[in-house]
Amino acid sequence: MNDTDRKLGPTILKVESISLAFGGVKALTNISFEVKQHEILAIIGPNGAGKSSMLNVINGVYHPNAGSITYKGNVRQQMRPYEAASQGIARTFQNIALFKGMSVLDNIMTGRTLKMNAGFLAQCLHIGPARNEEIEHRKKVEEIIDFLQIQSIRKTPVGRLPYGLQKRVELGRALAAEPELLLLDEPMAGMNIEEKEDMSRFILDVNDEFGTTIVLIEHDMGVVMDLSDRIVVLDYGKKIGDGTPTEIRNNKEVIDAYLGVSD
Amino acid sequence: MGGKLLDSNNPRPREDTLSALVLKNAKAIGHKTAIREKDLGIWQSWSWSAVADEVKWLAGGLASKGYVRGNNLAIIGDNRPRLYWSFAASQSLGGIPVPLYQDAIAEEMIYVFNDAEIEFAVVEDQEQVDKLLEIMPQCSKLRCIIYDNPRGMRHYDHPAVIAYEDVRNLGRKFIEEQPDFLERELEKCHTDDVSVILYTSGTTSKPKGVCLTHRACIDVAKADMGFDGYSDDGEILSYLPMAWVGDHLFSYAQSIVTGYTVNCPESSETVMTDMREIGPTYYFAPPSVFENLLTQVTIRMEDASKLKKWLYKTFMAVAQKAGLDIIDGRAVSIKNRILYFLGNIFIYAPLRNNLGMSRIKVAYTGGAAIGPDLYRFYRSIGINLKQLYGQTETLAYVCKQPNGAARLDSVGTPMPGVDIKVSDKGEILVKSPGLLKEYYKNPKATEESITRDGYFRTGDAGFIDQDGHLKIIDRAQDVGTLNDGTMFAPQFLENKLKFFPFIKEAVCFGDKRDAVCAFLNIEMDAVGNWAERQGLGYSGYVDLASKPEVYKLLQSCIEQVNQDLAREDSLSASQIKRFLILHKELDADDDELTRTKKVRRDFVAEKYGVLVSALYNDAKECFIETQMKFEDGRTGITSANISISDAKTTQSNLELAA
Repeated sequence: MNDTDRKLGPTILKVESISLAFGGVKALTNISFEVKQHEILAIIGPNGAGKSSMLNVINGVYHPNAGSITYKGNVRQQMRPYEAASQGIARTFQNIALFKGMSVLDNIMTGRTLKMNAGFLAQCLHIGPARNEEIEHRKKVEEIIDFLQIQSIRKTPVGRLPYGLQKRVELGRALAAEPELLLLDEPMAGMNIEEKEDMSRFILDVNDEFGTTIVLIEHDMGVVMDLSDRIVVLDYGKKIGDGTPTEIRNNKEVIDAYLGVSD
Repeated sequence: MGGKLLDSNNPRPREDTLSALVLKNAKAIGHKTAIREKDLGIWQSWSWSAVADEVKWLAGGLASKGYVRGNNLAIIGDNRPRLYWSFAASQSLGGIPVPLYQDAIAEEMIYVFNDAEIEFAVVEDQEQVDKLLEIMPQCSKLRCIIYDNPRGMRHYDHPAVIAYEDVRNLGRKFIEEQPDFLERELEKCHTDDVSVILYTSGTTSKPKGVCLTHRACIDVAKADMGFDGYSDDGEILSYLPMAWVGDHLFSYAQSIVTGYTVNCPESSETVMTDMREIGPTYYFAPPSVFENLLTQVTIRMEDASKLKKWLYKTFMAVAQKAGLDIIDGRAVSIKNRILYFLGNIFIYAPLRNNLGMSRIKVAYTGGAAIGPDLYRFYRSIGINLKQLYGQTETLAYVCKQPNGAARLDSVGTPMPGVDIKVSDKGEILVKSPGLLKEYYKNPKATEESITRDGYFRTGDAGFIDQDGHLKIIDRAQDVGTLNDGTMFAPQFLENKLKFFPFIKEAVCFGDKRDAVCAFLNIEMDAVGNWAERQGLGYSGYVDLASKPEVYKLLQSCIEQVNQDLAREDSLSASQIKRFLILHKELDADDDELTRTKKVRRDFVAEKYGVLVSALYNDAKECFIETQMKFEDGRTGITSANISISDAKTTQSNLELAA
């Protein structure tokens, strides 16, 4: 990847001393890191290290017991999902969370919900502004369909699609919200090599074309090392590493905990 | 905007080059839709006058980038309107478009780029730009790459790379400054100039550039138009590679000459859906596409409800009985007519609609042999599917099946203006209005392929039957002779045999021998099914293949083929005299077939030499032991006593007359 022409902006998200416990189980302990605008940051770690919990804290599903979240300059103790979404944070899920019976097009359209302003009645009657608005949204959705190259399944119910394509549709729905910060929870889990290559290409393209900042969780080290600008490593709810792929690859603690013991 | 070209003072615009015809269309049928492309889920259209403007601007842009008369323009990508306009733009400047297959390997591209001395290329997207930038060091002349789709191209700052949009804008300014520029350039174009160079993929040698002229394109398009009744309200779907002669004729030249509408699908994966939306009136597809469609229909019918299945079965039987006669305009009983009418309401029409073939007037297939079941299926449900025969070198214009006289075993009758001869060696020689001018910069190849009296050597062996239909039997180089001098065309016989559902594979021997004999492979499913219905027990493939009843069954197939052959004077002596059924399937893993499932005849003859000699002495049985590879890589030995059976031959007309 071309590091030279990628301009990283100011910090868009900063988490400070986040701790989260479920009863006696400490999911996250004193985690701090920041994400710069236009950056691809990977969070890695063994199972149960607290990666998904971290994402859930960022978009407000979980409320941390301690610490603060600074998003675009506003300091908060916790986020709320609605707040996060309306301020430009979108995400995909580890276990696909799409509407199985709805078409690809409609699924991606749901990602536009927050951008729709027309009243309920106007939308029902499909008149005037509501109609124009829908055309606008449809255009945006079609651009995403074009971008992700899923034209051929536009009208197919999501439940009938293979897993790899469902993942792509989910990415499409997240993109429909035109996010500034995109959280991807294991976007490549369960994919074959070709699907992984495609998905990696899309992630890079999203970052490049739309300037979207991306935080992703991924287990495939090859993918992580290739895609990310920076990597945060978690282990048992603690941060044990934070740096560029090269730094992480040479970090002794990380190697011991996760990458495999070096000779 | 360059109004002079369409100036009414200009008495009659010239009509003898394709680029001039685009302008003529803009004037005559300017409001009609010339081309559509599905983009962002919506069909976008351009009228002929919009197309003429686009072509003009692009031509101006190319000119201002330094593209001049005599330059070749490489065009690479999927079927896109802008790429089609590039053909016309380069032609109106007196250049020659050279479309390339987008999946060509680098080596082949480099060869063509150097052979055609390509300086300018118009490509579809980033993928192609990357490919060209990669081969650029080996292509010394290449200096300008124009891309259509800007996606992912933001960071490219290579001086040779430029967006189509930018070239078009340059051209717009250029044409505004010199409104009569294009008119002057067009005046210099001649109808006998080369209008396109199509490279033929060389399976054995380097690709050769086939140079076709404006005159050839226009004459062929006009003749086709008369033959099949193409009109300017037609619709076609352009989804086959632009570098292929069929697409160039059908989607480019033909569209300009007749004025019908070309539709570019959204992507290669959406072709089926797009076809349903457009409902083309003319359609071309290789046999494999028709086969895939039929398979999909069959599979979906398996999952249908009982009632639907019953309807489908009942009315398809009616179609099999009466459909062909109806489409060919032969006499059909009132009862069958009524049944067919009902079938059309319940099954055929909805099925045609589902296939996107409701409006089809003519559908063509060619390039390979089409199976009888397939052919019958489409024709019997009311789709006018026909075969055609032609090569790049003849602009795909040699033979077509006329309406009402479409026959499975022939590729049709010679088209108006086409003259066909059969050489002493059985090779088909063709003189056609679509004949190539020459091979690009390859006088030697030109001399080899065109006879002194102007016929093109097709390399195909065939003959013209009593009704004037051309039958292709084989590649000329595969054709041999029997000892009595009769022509022996193994592939022709094998194809005839393989059209029986019971026969999976056939290998015929006869070159430099006294008679024709054959190895057969049974089709396990079909023969197994047949055996069950006969109450015939069997333990497995080898057992089934050696049953005398199965021998009887296949013998009747062969005798049917022999009867067919007896009807053709030139082939009647190559009837199959003796045959045997192999105890194992011929398999690519055992090197008996190529990976594309073609029989390696020589290898099989050598491997089963014992059997071949047994066929030619009077043995009734022969013992064979062969090694075979299992799918997991282990090898094993199978042995069997294979019996050999005789087949009855039929007396030919000649013999009867004698």
